[in-house]
Amino acid sequence: MSSALHRRSRTAVILSVGLVAVWLIIASFPFIWTFWGSFKVQGDFFSKADWRYALTGVRTIAETGGYFTADGYHGAWIEQEFWRAALNTLIVVVCTVTISLTLGTLGGYALARSGHRYAFWLLMIALVFRAMPHITLVSGYLLPFFEWNLWGHLPTTIIVLVAINQPFTLWMLHSFFLNIPRDLDESAMVDGCTRFEAFRHVIVPVMWPGVITTGLFSFLLAYNDFAVTAMLLSEENQTMVPKIASFLGTTQTEGDVMLAVAAVVSATLPLFVLILFFQRQIVSGLTAGAVKG
Amino acid sequence: MPHRTFFWFILPSLAAMILFIALPIVSVAVQSLYVEHEQVIKTVENCGPFGCSEETTVDQEATRALREAEPLGRFNGFGTYLNRNHLATEEVGIAWAESESWGDFGSRLMNLPLYKALAFTLTYTFVVAPLVLVLGLAVALGVNSLPRIFKGPTIFASLLPMIVTPLIGSLILFWMIDAQGILGKTLQVIFDDPQLSLKASPALTWITLIVYGVWHNTPFSFIVFYAGLQTVPSDTLEAALIDGASRWERLRYVVVPHLTPLVVFILLMQLMDGFRVFEPIVGFSAGANATSLSYIIYNDLRGDYQQFGSAAVTSILTIIGVAILLTPVLVRTWRDFNRKRA
Repeated sequence: MSSALHRRSRTAVILSVGLVAVWLIIASFPFIWTFWGSFKVQGDFFSKADWRYALTGVRTIAETGGYFTADGYHGAWIEQEFWRAALNTLIVVVCTVTISLTLGTLGGYALARSGHRYAFWLLMIALVFRAMPHITLVSGYLLPFFEWNLWGHLPTTIIVLVAINQPFTLWMLHSFFLNIPRDLDESAMVDGCTRFEAFRHVIVPVMWPGVITTGLFSFLLAYNDFAVTAMLLSEENQTMVPKIASFLGTTQTEGDVMLAVAAVVSATLPLFVLILFFQRQIVSGLTAGAVKG
Repeated sequence: MPHRTFFWFILPSLAAMILFIALPIVSVAVQSLYVEHEQVIKTVENCGPFGCSEETTVDQEATRALREAEPLGRFNGFGTYLNRNHLATEEVGIAWAESESWGDFGSRLMNLPLYKALAFTLTYTFVVAPLVLVLGLAVALGVNSLPRIFKGPTIFASLLPMIVTPLIGSLILFWMIDAQGILGKTLQVIFDDPQLSLKASPALTWITLIVYGVWHNTPFSFIVFYAGLQTVPSDTLEAALIDGASRWERLRYVVVPHLTPLVVFILLMQLMDGFRVFEPIVGFSAGANATSLSYIIYNDLRGDYQQFGSAAVTSILTIIGVAILLTPVLVRTWRDFNRKRA
């Protein structure tokens, strides 16, 4: 019977394979093309004459002598000090993820175990907070931060990103803790543990899959953020994304746009590695909210 | 859990949210009632050989002193809300009275910054969301019928457009559609128009941004639908097959109803994300032809002369918009919650 279910007409197979193939090209071609082009000179990547220059590398060979060139990367990472931005990104992202997970596990656990009405209301408020465009909050930060001299520093940005992350982290961890049976920590409390001890000794050892999944999304939020980092960081503290945006302001001269291309490829690479190692967790995280309706 | 324990567990998280989400909203609300100080004007009498003349200049020092003393600006009430750059009540009133048709009224509204931004934000949100749903479902059905070994790599390749930093993703596409980029060039050849530029006209810019939105968001709905397809009950499918349902009928009457809760979830996420569309406009340098609510706030805040009052007003209006958008969801969740308790 099940073979009849899975037997498909030839047209259906061709149709679905064709559709998936087209989608794969749409999804991945821009990245492959930009990655390839980042090792060329501007005359090849943006070709006035012939798009095939990007493949044959006519201008790259003429200008640099080699088929590939790392000039864009050299210019971006060393001359424009992109490494500094990368370092700032690393600091911001690591701190943000660690702090938001610490706060989030405590809060999410409490929300999952409390049946009171106010826990529900907190979750609803968190949902509204999650939907708010980040830039609206930024317009609230700027003036006080200027006044109190908090503007421009990395710690300020980290705390702001942690706070913006909280609604999402709470929701995700809350629904994750709901899946850990209550009996587990309650039996520990019967045995004389306090609530916190029960959390510490019984829940913490089994919570890591959910924490890792949530951490991935906190990472993405902090890493991908533009609104907060672009507005709250001074120029020397800039992270990668606002740095790339600032390249664009100055890349009118020939060749400079390749710095931005190299920087963009560099900033995409960690995400690529992330998917490589955590594909399963990302997929399960995306569907975790959905399955519970 | 006792109230006391709950309180201590939730405190750090709650404190972060109150300090950096709730209070900024209050701060925005206060700022929105104020407006920047006007420049202090002083009159100087210049006496030269041909008599005296009075000249008015800006007193830089006094202006700076005043701005430092009261950084918030001067109280303006709801003045900023109603001015031309925001709700523009006066201009809308005039346009309403003078315009002969809906089209005329609409085009007059499109000259006002806030309405222009709102028009794009809503168009983007409500065009991208359904397209993403349909495309995501189509890809999910396609991938589901592939042999097992292809599924993993397909999902891998699909995740990248979604996970990539929005600004970076839009830049990558922006360079490709550049008149000298590969896609821009190809389009010029296809339409046989060497002058064709996707950046030139508002309509093409809107389409470009929407295409970006679909590219960026389809993976999400694809993944969610794909996960949902794994849980379609095979008993029901087999029963439908025995009853003589065709492939299309099985899809229409068994699979799609099973996925309906997911549709609601994806729509909710898409509406929230669409409403705050912002980075692509920066990435595509599309500010001249398409602005969104978030973008005009950003525009007010950057540069040498920051308009906090104006940005705050747009922020408040945006927050109200989000609240309206979310009301049905909140009401529904509230009903579900009460039903569970009862």
